[in-house]
Amino acid sequence: MSIAAETKAHVAEIGEKYKYGFVTDIEMERAPKGLSEDTVRYISAKKGEPDWMLEWRLGAFRRWLSMKEPDWARVQYPKIDYQDAYYYAAPKNTPKKQSLDEVDPKLLETYKKLGIPLHEQMALAGVAVDAVFDSVSVATTFKEKLNEAGVIFCPISEAIRDYPDLVKKYLGTVVPVTDNYFATLNSAVFSDGTFVFVPKGVRCPMELSTYFRINASETGQFERTLIIADEGSYVSYLEGCTAPKRDENQLHAAVVELVALDDAEIKYSTVQNWYPGDENGLGGIFNFVTKRGDCRGRKSKISWTQVETGSAITWKYPSCILRGDGSVGEFYSIAIANNFQQADTGTKMIHLGANTRSRIISKGISAGRAQNTYRGLVSVYGKAKNARNYTQCDSLLIGGDCGAHTVPYIESRNPTARIEHEATTSKIAEDQLFYCLARGIPQDEAVSLIVNGFCKEVLQQLPMEFAVEAQKLVGISLEGSVG
Amino acid sequence: MLDIRNLHVAVDGKEILRGLTLRIEAGQVHAIMGPNGSGKSTLSYILAGRAGYEITEGSITYDGEDLAALAPEARAAKGVFLAMQYPVEIPGVTTMTFLKTALNSQRRQRGEPDLDAVGVLKLVRAKAKMLNVTEEMLKRALNVGFSGGEKKRLEILQMALFEPRLAILDETDSGLDIDALRLVAEGVNTLRGPSRAMLVITHYQRLLDYIVPDRIHVLARGRIVAEGGKELALELEARGYDHLVKDVA
Ligand SMILES: Nc1ncnc2c1ncn2[C@@H]1O[C@H](COP(=O)(O)OP(=O)(O)O)[C@@H](O)[C@H]1O
Ligand SMILES: [Mg+2]
Repeated sequence: MSIAAETKAHVAEIGEKYKYGFVTDIEMERAPKGLSEDTVRYISAKKGEPDWMLEWRLGAFRRWLSMKEPDWARVQYPKIDYQDAYYYAAPKNTPKKQSLDEVDPKLLETYKKLGIPLHEQMALAGVAVDAVFDSVSVATTFKEKLNEAGVIFCPISEAIRDYPDLVKKYLGTVVPVTDNYFATLNSAVFSDGTFVFVPKGVRCPMELSTYFRINASETGQFERTLIIADEGSYVSYLEGCTAPKRDENQLHAAVVELVALDDAEIKYSTVQNWYPGDENGLGGIFNFVTKRGDCRGRKSKISWTQVETGSAITWKYPSCILRGDGSVGEFYSIAIANNFQQADTGTKMIHLGANTRSRIISKGISAGRAQNTYRGLVSVYGKAKNARNYTQCDSLLIGGDCGAHTVPYIESRNPTARIEHEATTSKIAEDQLFYCLARGIPQDEAVSLIVNGFCKEVLQQLPMEFAVEAQKLVGISLEGSVG
Repeated sequence: MLDIRNLHVAVDGKEILRGLTLRIEAGQVHAIMGPNGSGKSTLSYILAGRAGYEITEGSITYDGEDLAALAPEARAAKGVFLAMQYPVEIPGVTTMTFLKTALNSQRRQRGEPDLDAVGVLKLVRAKAKMLNVTEEMLKRALNVGFSGGEKKRLEILQMALFEPRLAILDETDSGLDIDALRLVAEGVNTLRGPSRAMLVITHYQRLLDYIVPDRIHVLARGRIVAEGGKELALELEARGYDHLVKDVA
């Protein structure tokens, strides 16, 4: 008898296991419900933004009104009522903290529960953390050490005030205001996010990290991240995301823009564990995210690594524009969809420059009744002579009620380009599971072990400090998936 | 230690074992011989607890406990070990990681503390040498790209590592050249001891030259059709199984 026949839809209560599902009871300040020019003005005023920023937002908002929600992804969800949500929520009296001691202890407690040690532990780990709670950035550690190196790492709201020239020069140059429905919405209402600038020739002395947390109910989160690596610099950045368990769906529409100049390298890692909804598909985060990196300089490099285990819906295609000659783009992805989760994720590698190279390694795992789609574009333009792409796209199925889909788009306008695409689909074999069980390894651990083995090439790309956590997360998100 | 009575086992509704009775005491080594398809692997799977193998009649008692009531991982923790006829590949999981995970999973179930990486490595190295399992093999993904002999040696290494009370070896000799066979037999013989029972399943008499059993059972069409001392193996070698099989139609 095959394991497929025995495997039923996941009945164990993963909702019970979602350890990030708590709510922090904290006084909130919110914008009035709904979305209008007034909402945009409210957010901009709350942030004390200059006029140019407000105008930028309003331009985006007006544009958004004329746009249509995209429907080409392989995801199904009820119509989102954009007027039935809050677009700004902030813990009362928190902005402008000079040190962690001033932060509401309840907030710190939340971060502790999330396993984010903001205090000494982080010092030991040598990680600088920016934490975004709902709409505002609460505390940034390690500012001084970074200042010494000349690295700017701060909430984007602060950067708009303190480094307007840098922000003006780069914001919206990778993901234009008009790019797509969700990115345009983000441009209008983004509340906070992270700004990083690494100056010429500087190797950022530590891993940078932001934790995003949605806490308030009925609130969308729209963070905006902008990372610029000047010539010959290097930075590695990691974001982590969690949200409480709620029966409602909450919208998360982030925009991330990366710019790498000549010989610069940006490594961007994501561990996304937004609340996925319960085992019946109730609740969960709608994750519509636009992430794009521009290898603007010669021999620059941008590398995306993502571990996507959460969210009810994931719509996300971290991409690279390989503009500079000899630039390199990489995309390493693990996408796990369990129960009723739907993931449509992949990447776009746009080869514009000569001798550009890209590498795509995608590992999709589907369990329960989930649908998991890899959607990837490799496009080679006329001038991109000798462009190279390698794509490997592996899907793993657990049980017989889920689906894996691979949708590669390949366009080449230069005959010297070489594009390789490999794809496999497999099941966790019954004999693999039995082998583990017979050696004393319990079922959930066996699944975790096998899946972690399947994902190994991607896990290896994560910064050391986070690899172990990510491995555990892979296991936890599939607990009970084999009946 | 192991008491199997009138065991009937069905797979996908098809009866494979049809009234098998077998008893092994601690300290003994028994061999099961029989033609292909007689149910030898089925017996090993039902003892290890493989899904899809159903006991329709009879009982298995291990150390006074109803074995069928235990989950497969619990059986392993209680000292049941099966060296498989076809060891399985697990891509991306290094052999060392697998050994550590398995060892600590068993220990945890017994309420013993985990061994750290260094502790496991020491233990593994001590056993690996005799079986000629190299460091390089331990770094490779489990069984991936291993030769037949390497796979079987790794099975015996695991047996040595877990120190089971009941070891079942399913055709560990198949596909081994004479040198590998000697290594494996030596590994098995070192583990023979008064508190350990072994069930050696083989198709050929050759292995029993090296691992000398206390008793031999011949399995045909799901039943024990002949039993005897070690000399039975030689007789089978000379006469084949046919005359025994005919009687059980
Ligand atoms: N999954 C299965 N479904 C149906 N029949 C099976 C299955 N597994 C084994 N059998 C049958 O059971 C019999 C015994 O098989 P097995 O125990 O592997 O024998 P042996 O190990 O002695 O060669 C064979 O006839 C085989 O075809
Ligand atoms: Mg067999």
